[in-house]
Amino acid sequence: MSLSLEEVKRIAHLARIEISEAEALQTQGQLNDIFRLIESMRAVDTEGIAPMSHAQDLMLRLREDAVTESDQHRLFQSVAPQVEGGLYLVPKVIE
Amino acid sequence: MEWETVIGLEIHVQLSTKSKMFSRASTQFGATPNTQACAVDIALPGVLPVANKGAVERAIRFGLAVGGTINQRSVFARKNYFYPDLPKGYQISQFELPIVQGGAVTIRDGKKTIRLTRAHLEEDAGKSLHEDFHGMSGIDLNRAGTPLLEIVSEPDMRSSEEAVAYARAMYDLVVKEIEICDGNMQEGSFRCDANVSVRRPGASLGTRREIKNLNSFRFLQQAIDFEVKWQIGTLEDGGTIHQATVLFNPDTGETRAMRSKEDAHDYRYFPDPDLLPLEVSKQWIEQIRKSMPESLRGQQQKFKDFRLPDYQAHQLTANRETATFALSTFTGAPAAEVPMLANWIVGPVKARLNEENLDYSRSRVSPEQLRKLIGRVVDGTVSEKSAIEVFDAMWKGEKDPDTIIEKRGLNQISDSGALEAIVDQVIAANPKSVEEYRSGKDKAFNALVGQAMKATRGKGNPAQINEILRKKLAG
Amino acid sequence: MINAGLKELSAALATKRISSVELTGLFLDRIGKLNGELNAFITVDPDKSLSLAADADARIARGDRAPLTGIPVAHKDIFCTKGWLTTCGSRMLANFTSPYSAHVIERFGAAGAVILGKTNMDEFAMGSSTETSFYGPVRNPWDRAFVPGGSSGGSACAVAARLAPAATATDTGGSIRQPAALTGITGLKPTYGVVSRHGMVAFASSLDQGGPMGRSAEDAAMLLNVMAGFDERDSTSLEREAEDYTRDLDRPWEGAGAGKPLQGLRIGIPKEHFGEGLSSDVAQAIDAALAQFEKIGAKRVQISLPNSGLSVPAYYVIAPAEASSNLSRFDGVRYGYRAPEYGDLLDMYCKTRSQGFGAEVKRRILIGTYVLSHGYYDAYYLKAQRIRRLIAQDFVAAFKRCDVVMGPTSPTVAFRIGAMASDPVQMYLNDIYTIPANLAGLPAMSIPCGFGDNELPVGLHIVGNYFSEARMLALAHQYQRATDWHMRVPAGA
Repeated sequence: MSLSLEEVKRIAHLARIEISEAEALQTQGQLNDIFRLIESMRAVDTEGIAPMSHAQDLMLRLREDAVTESDQHRLFQSVAPQVEGGLYLVPKVIE
Repeated sequence: MEWETVIGLEIHVQLSTKSKMFSRASTQFGATPNTQACAVDIALPGVLPVANKGAVERAIRFGLAVGGTINQRSVFARKNYFYPDLPKGYQISQFELPIVQGGAVTIRDGKKTIRLTRAHLEEDAGKSLHEDFHGMSGIDLNRAGTPLLEIVSEPDMRSSEEAVAYARAMYDLVVKEIEICDGNMQEGSFRCDANVSVRRPGASLGTRREIKNLNSFRFLQQAIDFEVKWQIGTLEDGGTIHQATVLFNPDTGETRAMRSKEDAHDYRYFPDPDLLPLEVSKQWIEQIRKSMPESLRGQQQKFKDFRLPDYQAHQLTANRETATFALSTFTGAPAAEVPMLANWIVGPVKARLNEENLDYSRSRVSPEQLRKLIGRVVDGTVSEKSAIEVFDAMWKGEKDPDTIIEKRGLNQISDSGALEAIVDQVIAANPKSVEEYRSGKDKAFNALVGQAMKATRGKGNPAQINEILRKKLAG
Repeated sequence: MINAGLKELSAALATKRISSVELTGLFLDRIGKLNGELNAFITVDPDKSLSLAADADARIARGDRAPLTGIPVAHKDIFCTKGWLTTCGSRMLANFTSPYSAHVIERFGAAGAVILGKTNMDEFAMGSSTETSFYGPVRNPWDRAFVPGGSSGGSACAVAARLAPAATATDTGGSIRQPAALTGITGLKPTYGVVSRHGMVAFASSLDQGGPMGRSAEDAAMLLNVMAGFDERDSTSLEREAEDYTRDLDRPWEGAGAGKPLQGLRIGIPKEHFGEGLSSDVAQAIDAALAQFEKIGAKRVQISLPNSGLSVPAYYVIAPAEASSNLSRFDGVRYGYRAPEYGDLLDMYCKTRSQGFGAEVKRRILIGTYVLSHGYYDAYYLKAQRIRRLIAQDFVAAFKRCDVVMGPTSPTVAFRIGAMASDPVQMYLNDIYTIPANLAGLPAMSIPCGFGDNELPVGLHIVGNYFSEARMLALAHQYQRATDWHMRVPAGA
């Protein structure tokens, strides 16, 4: 399994990471090294083995429907890059 | 040549919980921007989701109401994409294993069934306000994290009318019947996406386009109508339909494809590792089933067993409160008494409720009291006329019909000896009416009955008086 | 004082031999002197620390003390700390003063401990050498030309160089144990779910666990007592009865005698961990350590962890996949770095994330994005999760025949700063012994057991069955009673 330059750029776009042509080339090489490492896993027979996402086979804990959070927007927005009128500002969203 | 329209709807229902799907901030509409967005909602580094039991319970109620399967094990999955109103850069939703599978609702008075594919839980995004902040958009995250139930139908609808009928039926179900949503469409509590395609009859499905975010039934109809016309026009001109996400402009009445997002469909779904599988026990489902008020449709079904005239059955099942009252009254009553009970429910009870602007759930006379009273009318203890007096007393707060009858001396006179004496007197005192009756005027009979009732001060047993009078006049 | 263990320090504070202000000041002085070269700390705030120390002294004075009241503790800069800069070693959060505190930080606060500072780390915990930090590499106090290991290199260095008596850290593929091994201290990763992840910035959610770093197993146990416990804000936090992790420290193993306190202990030695790739100096030190365990009563049992070799590839699918999603929230919108210049929204995202993240983080995000993308999910992510189960099953089988599994923590001692820069894959392979415990969710620790090439420390790796931390700490404690590796201090420290 090896990535083409096109794929590297496509993934970078999906991940919203800007990548120059030179960077894409270098990254391609590095990623392909890593994929060589990963490939060894694919040859193993895992027929009948269920995927494991958590160590303990537990079920989700549900909480009672209650409001306990109060308004802390001033505190939270004190660390925001750009805020106006209590709103987070971003470049205009065009649909 | 003909075209067939194929429509499926995805309806997003905001669940009426107090707190959000995965955080403890309030879901109340209309707050100042970002005052109801806690650390979890704005996705600060290090925060984690904790699932809301109330949202799960409402999803289960929905599944039961539509006759779907409740998946005892379902999984929350991350739907990854970047958008400013999506703070985590992913939405927690359900993908491969949703909480509800299947189910159906009917439209057109039960004549057509629309099947459901599934319904799943997910969280709502925040809002982008496009008002100009020097060329920027403003993001309000109050809505981010509100619990949603996404209801997906099979593409069973064949016209915009059917789509609207289905949407309305779904609305009535979630808002009025099982009450899992407040139904405020202007506030975005109930939103429809319509998947629309056209094809020649008998052909395979055409390429569909998805019209997003329709929050009124009128827009739903208009949007679908325009889209269908557009698709047919395009195909008849020799063009092709490309899969697209489409927005409806209510001002122009037109649909338009959004800017293409080629990677928009690679959401990289995977089970959310911050959450464990959601397991709901059979006991919990049973508990919810029992606590659910019987569906209106279920109640309407029961009325068929009582063989009431159609118009009356219709009256009595206009809404759940009426149907519940009527069913409670009929249950345990002898079948022969049901018609009279029905008359009283739509008669005297309704009159009092109207006076005080109450619905049947607040009736001051209970189904049991009413049943007992009518029982006393039928067994002759009290005349129907006197029964009104008893009813009024109960409405004002007195409890037991028998006690009231006793206290006010309303017992009907059913002693045949006494009644015979009275009838004799009436016949003697009204020779003209007797003469008219004997010469064929039936109305005169009623006049004599009236006189006899007057003589008993309304307490005479009318049926008996009738019988005695007829016998005496005949002989 | 700076070499004293936590029990000793706690007693000294209780008897007022020293005050918390004095003790904290002692360590702040050392930091002032040595952090310039070692770079263990990203943030130090003497005023804040001393103020907390004064509070602790007041608490001790009114008789309201807990074991760690007044003790200064360093925290890995991955734990959100209210009012403190919390950077995760990244430019992305270089300006982020956290508005809330992690559960772990709250617990230390409730115990009356003092925040000594925030320690340096590999960026977003991705690395095994603490060379990817935006704030520059951390140096190994045993030889400043060498790495301290990672990603918790700052915490490890702080404890090893006696800049702090104790520290918190996190472990996703070995990030507590490996730096502990490379700097000659004790570090423990608890069973998954024992320490709450609320406020612990997520790298790989199903693998991350917070844990203690200290000079000894005894210290680690005291720290774990504060860190562990159910937190309803973390859905993966386990609801269990509270445990005292120091309870078994002086108990002999299953009724053994005083001379052989570990009589009856069966130590599983996985043959796969002693093959090619293990440096001979490390192998020698490990063997000597195992012999020492035998001397105090334990027995070696040969076991096999047949799927061991698959742990690194499986990990480098699962961890980046989860990380790629966890790091999507860093987008310049609500906090953190935002690119100073950009055009439209897409440009703002792309520039912010390219400039805010370092190379290793970007690499892993790309891997993760790829293995989750359309068409590859089954072949990679799902496949890796199946292999994960195989690895967990290997341990289940092993624990039928032994009580703990031991081996080397790292295949080599510390390497030179920059030596692995051009070969990320080689660096990944160094995690081969530590990763399986993360995949299986098992508790694991590293304790110092000798020295290897260049007189650099060697760590012994111990993996226990689920929830057996107290027993593991106990056997480590017995080893530390019979040896003095954990007492060694680097020269110049």
